[in-house]
Amino acid sequence: MSLIVAENVSKDYQTGDDLVRALKGLSFEIEPASFVSFVGPSGSGKTTLLNLIGCLDKPTAGKLTVASTDVLHLDRKQSASFRGSNIGFIFQDFNLIPVLTVYENIEYPLLMVQNMPAAERVQQVNALLKAVDMTDQKDKFPDQISGGQKQRVAVARALVTNPKLVLADEPTANLDHKTAYMVIELMRKMRDEFGTTFIFSTHDQKIVGEAEIIFTLEDGELKGKENKGGGGNG
Amino acid sequence: MGNLFKIATRNLLRYKRRTLLTASLIAIGVVFVLVFISVSGSFKNMMIGEITDSMIGHLQVHRKGYVASIETLPLNLNLKAGAVAKLETLLKKQPEIEAYSPRIKFGGMFSNFTETSSIRLTAVYPEKEYRTTPLLPLRVIEGSNELKPGKILIPELLARGMKVKVGDSVVIVATNQDGSVNGKQFIVAGILKSVTGPGGRDGYLHMDDAREILRMEGNEISEFAIRLKDFGKLHGFSEKLEGLLSTELNQQGKPIFELHTWEKLSPFFNIARMIDMMTFFIKLMLIAIVLTSIMNVMIMAVYERIREIGTIAAIGTLPGKILNMFVIEGFCLGIVGALTGAIAGIVIVFILNLSKITFDFGQQKGLILQANVNPMDILLISATVIVVSVIASLQPALKASRMEPIKALRHV
Repeated sequence: MSLIVAENVSKDYQTGDDLVRALKGLSFEIEPASFVSFVGPSGSGKTTLLNLIGCLDKPTAGKLTVASTDVLHLDRKQSASFRGSNIGFIFQDFNLIPVLTVYENIEYPLLMVQNMPAAERVQQVNALLKAVDMTDQKDKFPDQISGGQKQRVAVARALVTNPKLVLADEPTANLDHKTAYMVIELMRKMRDEFGTTFIFSTHDQKIVGEAEIIFTLEDGELKGKENKGGGGNG
Repeated sequence: MGNLFKIATRNLLRYKRRTLLTASLIAIGVVFVLVFISVSGSFKNMMIGEITDSMIGHLQVHRKGYVASIETLPLNLNLKAGAVAKLETLLKKQPEIEAYSPRIKFGGMFSNFTETSSIRLTAVYPEKEYRTTPLLPLRVIEGSNELKPGKILIPELLARGMKVKVGDSVVIVATNQDGSVNGKQFIVAGILKSVTGPGGRDGYLHMDDAREILRMEGNEISEFAIRLKDFGKLHGFSEKLEGLLSTELNQQGKPIFELHTWEKLSPFFNIARMIDMMTFFIKLMLIAIVLTSIMNVMIMAVYERIREIGTIAAIGTLPGKILNMFVIEGFCLGIVGALTGAIAGIVIVFILNLSKITFDFGQQKGLILQANVNPMDILLISATVIVVSVIASLQPALKASRMEPIKALRHV
């Protein structure tokens, strides 16, 4: 059964008197444990689509099912709960909480979102710290570590709740090439290890090649899909 | 909850200077209120104590209509023997009463054989009077407070004006109820320090002497001054006694007695009320200071952390938790301000007391300022500051919790 099913999904924005059609009737499916990339030039609708899949926004028309849930009918609170249980986020600017240490940043979703008991939490966070190779940096604050390390922490934070899906919007945009590859490699490793579906957007052609399924977006329309041996049949 | 406090504290420490400034502003406000309340409250209580314990007593009972004509000290409105007996029986049964003192009040002429002046006199049984107004004997600044028949205590101003000393002979002449005039010679036993308020410049003589001058045959009394065991129960007891007295009716079916607390008898009560009003407005100012400073800080905090709010909301933090996060920040600021202010206030009041600052009030010179910090006041002010801090941070916190994560994440 597909993890994500999009049927004729559209998204319009009203900008003053103008109606902007950001997404135009997109239909696709993504299977669990896929390693997917949405590519396209700036303004093609990548971020809008990731926001819809991540329940941060709602489609104007069409049907979008994520982890068997019709996300169109979730209210604010339900959306937050759904995200907390099913989706991890990796941001372009890392978005770590500056007053929390590396350990506490990774722990945050378990503590503040899932209210997990302490013993289980410690075990989970330590496992993730080890997986992203940040154990020796766990007591540092975000401003004391490098960009690549920050993104590794962000990957760990996204995975700590064992989500079905991790969304990464331009996760390598602020990283140098070497670090960008390392982060993508880490994401793939995490997918292999935890079976989590990773969807990331990028306009970096070299990074795109690392994805197993590549969707190409242009002017809000799905222009193509390249399957390099992973899941997905949309 | 502990984690919310940890995050709130760290966020406050993130902008140390701003947090310090806001907490200091709140603390200064608390110090001002605390010191003002302590000084004004202590002044008020001291003056009330002075008035009730050296002149008026806590309550007074008169014949109905007496207080309306009290300026003329009307002898025809004295309580008659029957009423006095009834009243004494009633007062003796009240466990709340520490002591009571029957008095005859009248006006007369005071002569030192070369000059004559008017004088207001209070006739008392010294033992009963001293138990009812325990500060009265302490007002004797020269001579003795032993008030035997034939002796008189005269006010300081009169003694100075008429050049009368302790041991001198003086004559009191007074008009009786029937209009005739009578006089009696007295020895000045002591000179009384004047105090502000009604009766503060009265002379005192023995009850037997007053009866002799006024040619009273029965046990007539102008007023009963009453002292309670617990001044805090004044109003409760006043209501109770008023109820009991209202059942005592004359032949026309009208009440015989009227009861007044010190508040109705002394003009200082209006000053006390003014002090209370000022205290209230000072408290309002404190609330305004806390409200604006906390709200200002929290609005800034929300504005500066919009992307962070977007991140935690995207991760799945529920709006209620985001609200709590910011409210707790305001709460922590309030606690720090209130605590620091309370400690500084106590220290300042302590220093004020050590300094032994003196002041004058009316005829009373060199009163020593004794400021007392009431623990209840500290609790109340601190609680007010903390509650206002929470209220002030509610609006920014609500704004943060209602933020659309997608818009917040886009914020630059």
